[in-house]
Amino acid sequence: MSTLWLVLAVNSVTFGGLLFLLSAGFSLIFGLMRIPNLTHGSLFMLGAYFGATFVGGMLGIVFNFWIAALIAAVVVAALGAVLERFLLRQLPGQQLAQVLVTLGVSFMAADFCLMVWGGDPISVATPPSLVGFLRAGPAVFPLYRIAVIVIAVVVAIALWLLLDRTRLGAMIRAGVDDPDMARVVGIRVSQLFTIVFALGAGLAAFAGIIGGPILSVYPGLDQDMLPLALVVVILGGTGSLLGSFVGSIIIGFIYNFGQAMFPELAYFVLFLPMLLVLILRPQGLFGRFVP
Amino acid sequence: MSRKLTRRTFMASTAVGAAAASFRFPTPAIAQAAPFKLGLLTVKTGPLAQGGIQMEQGVQVFLKEKNNMMAGRKVEFFSADTGGNPAGAKTKAQELVERDKVDVILGPLAAFELLAITDYIAQAKTPLLSLAAAEDVTQRRPNPYFLRASACSSQAMHPMADYAAKEMKLKNVITISEDFAFGYEQMGGFQQTFEDNGGKILKKLWPPIVTPDYTPYLAQIADCDGVCQGFAGSNPLRFMKQYAAAGLKFPVVTGETGGDDALLHAFGDEAIGLVSCCPYTADLENESNKRFLAAMAKDYNVLPGFYAAGLYVNCQVVEAGLQKNGGKSDDKEKLMAALRSVSLTETPRGAIKFDHFGNVVGDFFIRKLEKTNGKLINKTVKTYHNVSQFWTYDEKKFLQQPVYSRDFPPVKS
Repeated sequence: MSTLWLVLAVNSVTFGGLLFLLSAGFSLIFGLMRIPNLTHGSLFMLGAYFGATFVGGMLGIVFNFWIAALIAAVVVAALGAVLERFLLRQLPGQQLAQVLVTLGVSFMAADFCLMVWGGDPISVATPPSLVGFLRAGPAVFPLYRIAVIVIAVVVAIALWLLLDRTRLGAMIRAGVDDPDMARVVGIRVSQLFTIVFALGAGLAAFAGIIGGPILSVYPGLDQDMLPLALVVVILGGTGSLLGSFVGSIIIGFIYNFGQAMFPELAYFVLFLPMLLVLILRPQGLFGRFVP
Repeated sequence: MSRKLTRRTFMASTAVGAAAASFRFPTPAIAQAAPFKLGLLTVKTGPLAQGGIQMEQGVQVFLKEKNNMMAGRKVEFFSADTGGNPAGAKTKAQELVERDKVDVILGPLAAFELLAITDYIAQAKTPLLSLAAAEDVTQRRPNPYFLRASACSSQAMHPMADYAAKEMKLKNVITISEDFAFGYEQMGGFQQTFEDNGGKILKKLWPPIVTPDYTPYLAQIADCDGVCQGFAGSNPLRFMKQYAAAGLKFPVVTGETGGDDALLHAFGDEAIGLVSCCPYTADLENESNKRFLAAMAKDYNVLPGFYAAGLYVNCQVVEAGLQKNGGKSDDKEKLMAALRSVSLTETPRGAIKFDHFGNVVGDFFIRKLEKTNGKLINKTVKTYHNVSQFWTYDEKKFLQQPVYSRDFPPVKS
């Protein structure tokens, strides 16, 4: 039995790592622009599809997994910038309209993926250097999943440095805390929106391809992952990197242990904390404002 | 003298007009050259699109082969996208019947879609040929206008359990399948036959349909000598990958969707050794299948699986039924009777006929996933002939027990 708990505990952390990569971008966008970006799941899926195509070989070149991940992230970040600049910026301040636009774009993106890559699921090969297991007694931990934890921590540190130590980060934090004052002080908040949206999109896409060897890529991946991002961000708090990180780990544990112990109540167990947080502490554990 | 339009004049002229309008010249037999309208309810968007797209490909391949003719009549084909949900299925079914006035409907794909339209179909008296595996539509709540040429949920699992117990010599199996009717019915069928052959089901795991990471369930698979899974759509791919990644090495058996030939190009080496039971197998060597495979390769560059083959066979049944009925499709009851009496030998899945509930009786193939010349293929290792939805059980006794569900048969621990 203790092997079961050990495996579940380690998997909670690795799944939490993947969730962090997925939700960090969502949290930033929600924090700064005050809109829940419902395209986030599709950006995750697009990153996974692009990454899978690059890994599988495009135009005769087979890309190294990590290079493919970075290229996919950059491509989708560019798409995100275009989406923000030409669609969302046409609706300044109209949050409901912006939410609906992101929802509409997510449907279009899903159909686009179906058109280009077809309906069949695509398997992404685990990078050769990370194939294999770590064995601790009877417990087995796939090496790639351990690597995901490391990647998540590296990205978390990089994002923290960006937000805490750079001028851009200071502007973002100002925009999250008080967008009107930020404008008064001279920060070009609109330009910031585009940069942050692109960053969020790129992070989501990176998460998508990093998750590829674990989740594979298939139509419907966007709808499977978006609710998880929502739950993490609401629990952890909007606009807070630490909230994203802690929220991801907590949801990772709830997901793994909840499904193992109460399989009939799998969804209930996952969304109950979110409900409680919304009622008792609407800004989330580390949130900077009430959504 | 002005003529007033009195009420009497009006009524009289209306009566004459109506009589004239309803008078028809006797319609010659040319009316039978009227096109035969074939409708398809499929899913082309969303997570179920993978199977839905293949369903349409199967139909298109058939129509192309027959030059768009069935029993001497031109075929008008209407394809409708239900979106993979019950409301969409109902809306599209109504459109096909009332707006397009189709004679026969193929599809829908999912069991919950079928259950949403089954009453409407019976009321509209439109023959429906579906792949949807919901058991009771041909068992405890039979629909007289329904025909199933593929298999009901448990039909492939009874022979699978027989093979697992007798040939693979498995004794203690853990089952894992999605938490919905298709999963329950498959695993229930497996359990009943496996236990009848001396096996034991240790645990039944039910992950939700949407489960990105199966690890919490995989971590509970231990102390057994085999695993039976019933995943569908793209879930089998993810499951087999995560199963191997978790270091599990027990043999895995599955049903018609878990090892579908159409997924072969996406599976990796982790799927080698997967044993599946399916009403269709791409390596069946007969003339009809050879033609079908060639056409699918030429038009769509894919290896067909259960969905495409199932619809192709459905089209063959429609054509044979229409032929038997003299090419006529106005009298739906007679057409339905003709369809149910169809018995074919030359299909991509071999010989088929229907029982009195409209469910198929045919061959089921046990295949093992192997790697040959660097490619993954499903190799048939055993064929069970004349498998009906009741397996070897007495029909009356089978219908008296409840439909396979999450708790039936219960786990005897």
